[in-house]
Amino acid sequence: MTMTAAATGRVSRFARWRDSDLAYNFRRSPVTVVSAAVLAICLAGAIFAPWVAPHNPFDLATLNLLDALSPPQWMAGARPGYLLGTDDQGRDVLSAIMFGARISLLVGLASVIFAMVLGVSLGLIAGYVGGKLDAFIMRIADVQLSFPAILIALLIDGVARAVLPRETHGGPLALFVLIFAIGISNWVQYARTVRGSTLVEKNKEYIQAARVIGIRPLGIMRHHLLPNVLGPVLVLATINIATAIITEATLSFLGVGVPPTQPSLGTLIRIGNDFLFSGEWWITIFPGAALVIMVLAINLLGDWLRDALNPRLQ
Amino acid sequence: MLAFIIRRILQSFAVMAVVAFIAFALFNFTGDPVTFMVGQDATQEERARLRSDLGLDLPFYVQFGRFVGRAIQGDFGLSLRQGRKVSTLLKERLPATLELAFVAAVLALVLGVPAGVYTALRRDSWLSQLLLAISLIGVSLPTFLIGILLILVFAVVLGWLPSFGRGDTVALGWWTTGFLTKSGLKALILPAITLSLFQMTLIMRLVRAEMLEVLRTDYIKFARARGLTDRTVHFGHALKNTLVPVITITGLQLGAIIAFAIITETVFQWPGMGLLFIQAVSFADVPVMAAYLCFIALVFVLINLIVDLLYYAVDPRLRIERLAAAQ
Repeated sequence: MTMTAAATGRVSRFARWRDSDLAYNFRRSPVTVVSAAVLAICLAGAIFAPWVAPHNPFDLATLNLLDALSPPQWMAGARPGYLLGTDDQGRDVLSAIMFGARISLLVGLASVIFAMVLGVSLGLIAGYVGGKLDAFIMRIADVQLSFPAILIALLIDGVARAVLPRETHGGPLALFVLIFAIGISNWVQYARTVRGSTLVEKNKEYIQAARVIGIRPLGIMRHHLLPNVLGPVLVLATINIATAIITEATLSFLGVGVPPTQPSLGTLIRIGNDFLFSGEWWITIFPGAALVIMVLAINLLGDWLRDALNPRLQ
Repeated sequence: MLAFIIRRILQSFAVMAVVAFIAFALFNFTGDPVTFMVGQDATQEERARLRSDLGLDLPFYVQFGRFVGRAIQGDFGLSLRQGRKVSTLLKERLPATLELAFVAAVLALVLGVPAGVYTALRRDSWLSQLLLAISLIGVSLPTFLIGILLILVFAVVLGWLPSFGRGDTVALGWWTTGFLTKSGLKALILPAITLSLFQMTLIMRLVRAEMLEVLRTDYIKFARARGLTDRTVHFGHALKNTLVPVITITGLQLGAIIAFAIITETVFQWPGMGLLFIQAVSFADVPVMAAYLCFIALVFVLINLIVDLLYYAVDPRLRIERLAAAQ
């Protein structure tokens, strides 16, 4: 009896999702379906890279210098087994892209989450507490908004690299610094959005009721305000993942991003850039193409989500 | 009015103070300079004497005050890597960055505004669709990839244009210019296009949106009813009214162009200030980094201050709102 109830519950939940407006909207837009499929392939390739990649580019034992600088399979002189060719050390470009996308996605996601947590908290506090604190937080936000985000990330990252001892540049600390820098450069949008909706929500009756029964401000913010201001934030976050990935790639291309021992897509492009003139274009163009495809798919999905969730367009 | 201006200027000073403090802190984090300067066998007294000669034994805030005083005079000390004065290095690199930024800004305006007007007036033509599609690519491609693609096509495959450096330059006093030589102009083309592409698409989209908005207003209908020619209506009435926001945004984007020049300069090995900064970061050349940090902050703070004040002077609504808020 309970078994069937659980089973029907599960089925009906799936059915409910399948028949929802959002899913209907999704099926109706071929561009969205294609970008979702492309993104799913990219994600799968990146997440399962250690198992599905044809080679392990970091396992020095499997590298063969005789295979170095082999062009892609469809060109003359290609060595077998390397679909998109190899770089100067005989590393398979396709595998390097899959492992690189892993780092790019990791940094992109982590920095967006960091920016979101920071921005939402500050926005909630500014909106709910108000007064001097609000003025202070929003003034900082205004000032930061007058600088381009990528410049702020670059300056923070650059300063941090100069401050930290040299031996840490290759370690995981460099990744944290990068995530921190990109996150800090992006919190303002979240704070502004959340503050705006908090100002509207906090005068509604359910918040006043919560206040009357004696819930502390922190509890109100966490359990009552947060769920009601989170909608637009999630849309913003989707689009920001693409921006964060581009920022990461740019910083890594400039040589101040992730350590070369764990190359991201940006690092791969930087390395390949040196071979452009000797004719080995595939070392840099394929990682670049992978980056653009991934970012474009995320952007199109984000645009769709924004329109689909916007009640004014329905 | 006066209160607003004073508050706005104070805010600019606060931002500069914070940036100067970060720049100052950089020096303190990178180790004790005395250890670098004296030999292994220096006595404790020699170290102490050097320390007091350099003013390193003074309280922290006095040191900071001295740093700010010197920074205002443009003195950031010697570059650790090149052993030359930082101010000289920056002065050498400044013309390259400014020329690149200037050409990119002009290019973005000269191509962006007509493209925006065209796509607004001929909404359904194939050229409009093409321009909009290209602008979508311009927005989604990162700057450095555009640079690499341009190098691949025009420098590697076709071999038409140089891919790095500034070409030959002519010295006019302390200013070096690449505008006067053929190789200098050729070297400028690819970096300038790379740097301007994003701004160009931004301006094009902005002009298009504003034009479409203005073309719907009553005074345009009235102008048509008066029997004015399309040309007068489009360029005399509509375009004129779209240009105010365009000029504001372009002004604000000037800072962004100088910031994004860091990326373009790295791709094309253009000997400007951005490349200097990136090299300074990889060699932990603190004086150069500190100077660049202060310089770029100053550029942004000044541009924003000027735009804000101009806005306030131009737009009477802002003044009225403030009055109403004060009452």
